[in-house]
Amino acid sequence: MAVTASPERDIVATPMQRATREALYAGAIALGLFVLFIGLKTNQNISNELILEQRWGLLAIVVVLTMAGRFLYVAYGQPFLANQKIADVATGLLPESVATRFFRLPYFLAAIVTVAVLVFLAGPLDGLLGPGLAGYARFLRALAIIYALASVLFYFRTFIHAHFSALGITALALYPVIVVLVLALYGGSVAAGFQGSLKWVDNFGIQILIYVMLAWGLNIVVGLAGLLDLGYVAFYAVGAYAYALLGTHYGLSFWILLPAAGAMAAFWGVLLGFPVLRLRGDYLAIVTLAFGEIIRLVLINWREVTNGSAGISGIPKVTFFGLISFNVSDPNYIAKVFDIATSSAYYKIFLYYLILGLCLLTAFVTIRLRRMPVGRAWEALREDEIACRSLGINTTTTKLTAFATGAMFGGFAGSFFAARQGFVSPESFIFLESAIILAIVVLGGMGSLVGIAVAAMVMIGGTEVLRELDFLKQVFGPDFTPELYRMLLFGMAMVIVMLWKPRGFVGSREPTAFLKESRAVSGAFTKEGHG
Amino acid sequence: MSDASSSVNDAILQVEHLSMKFGGLVAIGDLSFQARRGEITALIGPNGAGKTTVFNCITGFYKPSEGMITLSRRDGSSFLLERLPNHEIPARAKVARTFQNIRLFSGMTLLENLLVAQHNKLMKASGYTVLGLFGYSGYRTASAESIDLARHWLEKADLVDRADDPAGDLPYGAQRRLEIARAMCTGPELLCLDEPAAGLNPKESMALNALLMDIKDNTGTSILLIEHDMAVVMQISDHVVVLEYGRKISDGSPHAVRTDPRVIAAYLGVEDEDVETVLTEVGDEDVIEQLDTGPDSAHGPDSSSSYFAGPVTDTVGHTEGERVTVSKGASKAGQVDARSGAAARPASPAEAKPTEKPSAEKSSAAKPKTPGDSNRGGGNE
Repeated sequence: MAVTASPERDIVATPMQRATREALYAGAIALGLFVLFIGLKTNQNISNELILEQRWGLLAIVVVLTMAGRFLYVAYGQPFLANQKIADVATGLLPESVATRFFRLPYFLAAIVTVAVLVFLAGPLDGLLGPGLAGYARFLRALAIIYALASVLFYFRTFIHAHFSALGITALALYPVIVVLVLALYGGSVAAGFQGSLKWVDNFGIQILIYVMLAWGLNIVVGLAGLLDLGYVAFYAVGAYAYALLGTHYGLSFWILLPAAGAMAAFWGVLLGFPVLRLRGDYLAIVTLAFGEIIRLVLINWREVTNGSAGISGIPKVTFFGLISFNVSDPNYIAKVFDIATSSAYYKIFLYYLILGLCLLTAFVTIRLRRMPVGRAWEALREDEIACRSLGINTTTTKLTAFATGAMFGGFAGSFFAARQGFVSPESFIFLESAIILAIVVLGGMGSLVGIAVAAMVMIGGTEVLRELDFLKQVFGPDFTPELYRMLLFGMAMVIVMLWKPRGFVGSREPTAFLKESRAVSGAFTKEGHG
Repeated sequence: MSDASSSVNDAILQVEHLSMKFGGLVAIGDLSFQARRGEITALIGPNGAGKTTVFNCITGFYKPSEGMITLSRRDGSSFLLERLPNHEIPARAKVARTFQNIRLFSGMTLLENLLVAQHNKLMKASGYTVLGLFGYSGYRTASAESIDLARHWLEKADLVDRADDPAGDLPYGAQRRLEIARAMCTGPELLCLDEPAAGLNPKESMALNALLMDIKDNTGTSILLIEHDMAVVMQISDHVVVLEYGRKISDGSPHAVRTDPRVIAAYLGVEDEDVETVLTEVGDEDVIEQLDTGPDSAHGPDSSSSYFAGPVTDTVGHTEGERVTVSKGASKAGQVDARSGAAARPASPAEAKPTEKPSAEKSSAAKPKTPGDSNRGGGNE
């Protein structure tokens, strides 16, 4: 029987042909996208006129890079990834994973040796290489250290995975101690250790933990109850202003005002909850967004009370239950009590442990509540509200408790924030904050405490680390300001994470009760909730 | 057939003159029936007859336009369901329901689904969360008991092996059983099942029958079910109510309903031509000459045979002896009614007025009414 095939069917594109074609497409798209972004630049000339600067060379470089990237991905990347999924016929085993090939003992040893050589010969090498190359050497050293640490983590991955929470809490509890010790060794004196620890404890530690706490609070509303709240920062603001106003006007202690601020935020949560009970999904999101803005505008415009955009300053510091103070002028100042050198680091370290405690309280309450009927009702509400009502669950009070509980933790975090800054202004409570907190919850995996903590660390810590990209100046020249690109990198990282893990870092949920064994529920079955 | 007075006393659910209108659309028109305690009452009818609407009225998802739904609990208290808020119907009146399109908490395990169903009980035991948060011992006991109850119903539903799997992972038939088990965990006195056998294969259907009979015999829970699967209805139900276009066309034991010509005409999908045959079969010779009644408009739910056509009594003449035109489109049962009505045979099993059927099954509480009653507010204004 004669086979008559159409000419098109005979043509099976080889990967190379396909890659070439796709590279051309990618190049065309990149050209179209970047011709105005990169190809042209408006500038001022010496006589202050607006001129159009043409950068065709740069545009060509970007387009060629895009084409090369697409070509390599289609020609080599895709076949490689496809091969990773094909088991060997003889052994029936899948090929070694990329990670096992990447982390091998010889490479690890090489990395260690590199680090050792670069650290111990730092002085002579600097002289030998000159300032430009020495920068690269430091960059190489940083890469080798990261590789060695990643290898260690990879080697112990099963152990780490099994004991993640315990290890995480231990690491967080020891963090300031380790920072101070390492910096003290590096700087040669304890005072230098404390002084240097300020940045690490305050900018990284406290900052990340505040967001962990906020995200855990929002997680109750969004992750568990499935109510999309875009105005969470309002409760943060209520907590912060509650402490700022009551603390400055009445001189009440932080330890009294912390619960008060929580209660006040919870009250506002209920107040917001009532009108939006009937709304679902997008509508709920819009109304909560409006609520967040209303609170901010009230803070700006109610000058008699909130002092408007100028904010409130001179907010009293937290004391250690009145026993130890962190004001240098007080008789019970910590350095006088323990007879040690004066340093502002003590207060930061104290605040670090305070916010760590508040975070752990949030986690404990959340975990407890999930196993209680109210927590299960929240999750059931996220899964199916109508079914909830058919089982006799009062969805009104269930939603209100979710709003109130989430808002309460927001209020706690807010009063802590006010105490830490010593100054609050409406600037701190803009919509972007709500968006970041929500992004942390979504990125971490809705409902998962561990995932959210990791996401907060990546997002907040990540933006802070991106400030430290000075080595890029070595590459792009001294005019390059890496700080300006951190938000771009940050956005790209988020897109990549959501492509790679659409349900967030931890997509599965842990059941709250089990008969025989507790098995995590895959994210494919859980719902996001409809408001 | 029980006698009327005793049937009032042991009625768990009494639906009286229930009407539900959505704008001009009359989904249910003046429906009255009752479900007796400890029995399985089936609500059947063709697609779009308003069965699920009745359920939604009983379980509080809809507020009926008119009528009264009384639920009497075993302890003697009674509730007017149309006045209770949605969530209090399961909580206080002890009415549980399942859904036509299964509504499980698919991301929660089977056990969690059954624990959510015991929410109110556990809420009380945990002192509305406050005491439970501090590990109050009473809550721990209640929690253990709730797990035991869940295990009991998982065993009954033959799902105990999968207790720790997500509910969304179950096959369809098992999801149906789980939904029933979840409803039973609320400790209901009346269980409303919306098409529990839909989409089940014969084996699963048999298992479902066994489960329902077990519930009826061992828990004393009365069951009200909507079902299309006649095998299930005829086997297990004690009492059948037939709806068509929002009106009751028959009410009685499965056997009585099966032989009711109106039911045969309306529900079992008899063609118009066959109506004559059916009526001939039941021995109604006079009716035949009345039968040439214009075009076959009631053939399937075309536009004129929808709810918008208004109450049956509007389009089907209701004066006895009058010749009837069905051309405006009405129910097949209506046609049968009209014909037998025109034949003026009060002894016929099919009564002239479609909404009124003073048979022995009928509650004596239903007051006699004129055909005009059922016209109230109906029609397409």
